[in-house]
Amino acid sequence: MGIADHNSVTASNTTPLLDVRGITKVFGSLVANDHVNLTIAPGEIHALLGENGAGKSTLVKMLFGVLDPSEGSIIWKGEEVRISSPSEARKLGIGMVFQHFSLFEALTAAENIAATTPISQIADTARRLSVDYGLPLDPDAMVGDLSVGERQRIEIIRCLLQKPDLIILDEPTSVLTPQEANKMFETLERLKAEGKSILYISHRLDEVKRLCDTATVLRHGKVVGHCNPQEETATTLANMMVGTDVQNASRELSQAVEPGEPLIEINSLDRPPATPFSIPLRGINLKVRAGEVVGIAGVAGNGQGEFFEAVSGEALQTQSDSVRLNKVDCGRLGISGRRLVGAAFVPEERLGHGAAPGLSLSDNMLLSRHTTDSKTMLGALGYVVTSAVTAARKRVVKEMDVRKSGEDPEAAALSGGNLQKYLIGRELDRKPKVLIVDQPTWGVDAGAAARIRQAIIELARSGSAVLVISQDLDELFEISDSIAVMHDGRISAPLPIAEATFEKIGLLMGGAEPGHMAYEDVKTAEETEV
Amino acid sequence: MRLELIKRPQQSAFFSAVSPLFALLLTLIAGVIIFTLLGKPPLAALYTYFIEPLSEVWQLHELAIKAGPLIMIAVGLSVAYRSNNWNIGAEGQFIMGGIAGSLIPILVPGFQNFMTLPLMLIFGFAGGALYGAIPALLKTRFNTNEILTSLMLVYVAQLFLDWLARGVFRDPNGNNFPGSIRFPSAARLPEIDPAQGAAHWGFVLSIVAAVIVWAMMQYSLKGFEVKLLGESPRAGRFAGFSSARMVFFAFLLSGGLAGLAGISEVSGAIGQLRENISPGYGFTAIIVAFLGRLNPIGTIAAGLVLALTYLGGEGAQMSLGISDKVARVFQGLILFFVLGCDTLIHYRIRLVFGDPAAKTAAEG
Amino acid sequence: MDMFQNILLTIATASTPLLIAAIGELVVERSGVLNLGVEGMMVIGAVCGFAAALMTGSPWIGVLAAIIAGMLLSLLFGFLAISLATNQVATGLSLTLLGIGLSGMIGENFVGQAGIRLPNLDIPVLTDIPMVGRLIFGQDPLFYISLALTAGVMWFLFKTRTGLTLRAIGDSHKSAHALGINVLKYRYLAVMFGGGCAGLAGAHLSLVYTPQWVENMTAGRGWIALALVVFSSWRPWRVIGGAYLFGAVTIGQLHAQALGFGIPSQFLSSLPYVATIVVLVLISRNRRLTVMNTPASLAQPFVPDR
Repeated sequence: MGIADHNSVTASNTTPLLDVRGITKVFGSLVANDHVNLTIAPGEIHALLGENGAGKSTLVKMLFGVLDPSEGSIIWKGEEVRISSPSEARKLGIGMVFQHFSLFEALTAAENIAATTPISQIADTARRLSVDYGLPLDPDAMVGDLSVGERQRIEIIRCLLQKPDLIILDEPTSVLTPQEANKMFETLERLKAEGKSILYISHRLDEVKRLCDTATVLRHGKVVGHCNPQEETATTLANMMVGTDVQNASRELSQAVEPGEPLIEINSLDRPPATPFSIPLRGINLKVRAGEVVGIAGVAGNGQGEFFEAVSGEALQTQSDSVRLNKVDCGRLGISGRRLVGAAFVPEERLGHGAAPGLSLSDNMLLSRHTTDSKTMLGALGYVVTSAVTAARKRVVKEMDVRKSGEDPEAAALSGGNLQKYLIGRELDRKPKVLIVDQPTWGVDAGAAARIRQAIIELARSGSAVLVISQDLDELFEISDSIAVMHDGRISAPLPIAEATFEKIGLLMGGAEPGHMAYEDVKTAEETEV
Repeated sequence: MRLELIKRPQQSAFFSAVSPLFALLLTLIAGVIIFTLLGKPPLAALYTYFIEPLSEVWQLHELAIKAGPLIMIAVGLSVAYRSNNWNIGAEGQFIMGGIAGSLIPILVPGFQNFMTLPLMLIFGFAGGALYGAIPALLKTRFNTNEILTSLMLVYVAQLFLDWLARGVFRDPNGNNFPGSIRFPSAARLPEIDPAQGAAHWGFVLSIVAAVIVWAMMQYSLKGFEVKLLGESPRAGRFAGFSSARMVFFAFLLSGGLAGLAGISEVSGAIGQLRENISPGYGFTAIIVAFLGRLNPIGTIAAGLVLALTYLGGEGAQMSLGISDKVARVFQGLILFFVLGCDTLIHYRIRLVFGDPAAKTAAEG
Repeated sequence: MDMFQNILLTIATASTPLLIAAIGELVVERSGVLNLGVEGMMVIGAVCGFAAALMTGSPWIGVLAAIIAGMLLSLLFGFLAISLATNQVATGLSLTLLGIGLSGMIGENFVGQAGIRLPNLDIPVLTDIPMVGRLIFGQDPLFYISLALTAGVMWFLFKTRTGLTLRAIGDSHKSAHALGINVLKYRYLAVMFGGGCAGLAGAHLSLVYTPQWVENMTAGRGWIALALVVFSSWRPWRVIGGAYLFGAVTIGQLHAQALGFGIPSQFLSSLPYVATIVVLVLISRNRRLTVMNTPASLAQPFVPDR
């Protein structure tokens, strides 16, 4: 198996850079971190592994001073420290690049960087760093206009300006194309060569195997082991993370069905940008047939949300045949009309879009079902038949194995995975002919994710058409019959799964462009100076 | 020392019920402090304010007269606020409703039969609703903040009423005093029990309105729509509901009810259209709505409490020489404390002394 | 000629309290907090300034008292809206109602009494320059303070590190908190600054405009100041334009009433309020402008997690 005592893993006998002992963090009744031990040597890339909800983000927030530990000690460069704020962490030499960036959209890139350092030093140092580490950047661009990859560069430069000894990266490649991820790995190797250490949080096992010297695995807030990823396989690592052998959903689950007629037809769909910071959709054409699952890959911020709203009817089209669902022209129908035609939708954001956080599960059932189930759920004068709504809620909870506390709790009280199971189950309960789902398993634990993917495949095999938008390429390769790529508001022609490879999809995700203009300019300037 | 808020996994049912009472208690304590600072005997003053106005039947009638408009307006406001539409202009809609309903007895004085009063009430509702439609239109078409527009319209309505009462609508036989003719009995909301006191049927109307609106909010899809759009507009859109339609619904309903309250006040309590027909009911009703926790049934009790402060203020002025402005301060304090106590519904409070890692707890 | 200068002087006097109150609220809103209690803080400032000036004989003590009174009231708001994360709209309203009630109570004994006026600037030679002398060198001290305040706020917001931090908080309090910025502390300071400004604006009314105390003498100016902040797209320079526009409308309609054009006085009196609505509509029509300039975290309660 390879679970090794962590002392033998460190390469040298010098003092570890970071020594975390018995760190515990409790939120109310939830123990997010339970006596966690971790050691990082100088010049080491250390992976922090675990599935969603294992406690990785909580741990690093304590290292960065955003949260206080309930118990335990942190020893930095041989001395015990109390990190009570991010500025303290930065002073010590710990830097962090968040998964969800802490950027200010209405300020420029330079101002965003300045938020943590004195203004005068910015321009030169930032430009130099950006070139040295291969992170091209336009200081005067407003962050709201930048792509996700560009925003991440600002976060990284902001972090590097502080000259940290330890850099914490939280799921850095979740927002990058495979090619951009490779560039980032080069940057990290450069930093390691300079003697800096990196704490690399990820659930992507092939990256971890490629990049990291050591790994600590968390499960349900506890450390289940330390190991050397180079000596492990993806399977052994996955088993450490999840604890049991996880069944991957299989496309060959039931008899493969001959695809029927197209039940989702998108014809030359255009959508102008709704807000100054949103992406316009341009000339999208797509067909999904009955019995098929079509996946749409793409890095966040390329128009997925806008596309979802256009298809769901939250944004109407000018031409009624721009969107056809279940063989009916839907372009001028709102979401209720589209649901009546037999379509169901699950948006990316659970709380605040798919469900109202402060309302109960029953209320959230009524939310998407009051039009389609008006005969059973509504009475005279719009009276709500609570018994019918309750029955539906209980049905879905049972069917999808939704774990909750209390009979009918608020949506916000459920964990991400359980809420997502409920929201998908809510739609499947209607047996829709068409299902469109955006990021079905984002932030969801492995068990729930498998259940959800299974449900999606089963729905397709029963004769429905399913469209899945996802940033998780592994997931798409697992469940799709064909994969299309969304980039900058456009969708490529779908590739049948047999012909699709990570390489091809990755190139399409990046828009297949060789390099950022600014980077080329700066590089040329450097060369001519020499 | 630091104050920390820790989110509760679910809203506290206990504090949902208890928070208004707790707020009233804090207000009473604050009242004791204020009276002491003013040099008046605190307990006697509290008695005069809150107990005495309830001691005789005719006083209960006075309470009903004051509470009626407060409840009627607050019922509408509670729906509007639940839907996140901040109608601050109820005072203006009240006035416009009063004017609209008064058009019949003033412009068509000969029309006096059993239809007069119902028509006046309908006009009153319509007048308030149409006036409320203005901020709704500006919000939906031009994205203009409804708080400021509805409020500006209050000043406009007040000036309009002043002009009417002193000008076109002035009673020619009124000795040059501002104000219209006194309405004939066909145009007046009758008293409920004239032998016992002066309360008029407007009070009953407001209770009826409260019950109907409560039933809508509690049991119907419309009520669900209001709550959903107010809590989470995007989820509401996902559900197929229209925010723009809700803006109109909220303003037409609350404006209409405010207008209905306006004409009830004019035809019930006052008997003519004067240059000033409201002692700030439209604003006090905001407090009533919150004290009633934005629940129409709750506004009944809350309206009675706030009406009590009006009466108490008058009584205290006469018997203890306390300024009637203190009543206003009480009203402001009630809202202030209600909002503060409401935090406890969603959060636990913890006081943290000194070192964050060594916490002591004083939980609420 | 002198009439022209007189008119401009009255406009400046009418505009100054609007400018001061609006600039204060602009800083508050830039930090992401919406304080609708400006009217309440202004009227408290007016009554406390008046009372303090009368009781001590010094209008400057009155000014100081007004600023402190505004700050104290704003602290109440801050405690609720910032520390207890209450609904900011309702809390601001409660502050206005409370302020109006309190001021009525405090001011009851001062109604009808003649007040003490802040003396105008009087520089030998300069003030006597014909046509512009009094306009530039002969106004009340708060006029000069209002302009200095605006310039100071502009410099602060856009040229200093602290100002950048404040704007960052207004854009995204979550990101600011994650970076270690003490969001609550900055917001408290901003709210108190706004309170002090509102109080100062109130002092101008009762110590310069009409040295008197009349109940509710702010007559909605606090609300107009709030509208001015929206109208200015949260840029200090533009607040001056807005404030003076309104000052001009206010003075204009007063003069029109005096001249007796046959237009009912109530109609003319309603012009500033109608103008506010028109101006708000015009500015909010442009969605791009609104989205780009409104502090994104405005009016959202914030609870830092630890």
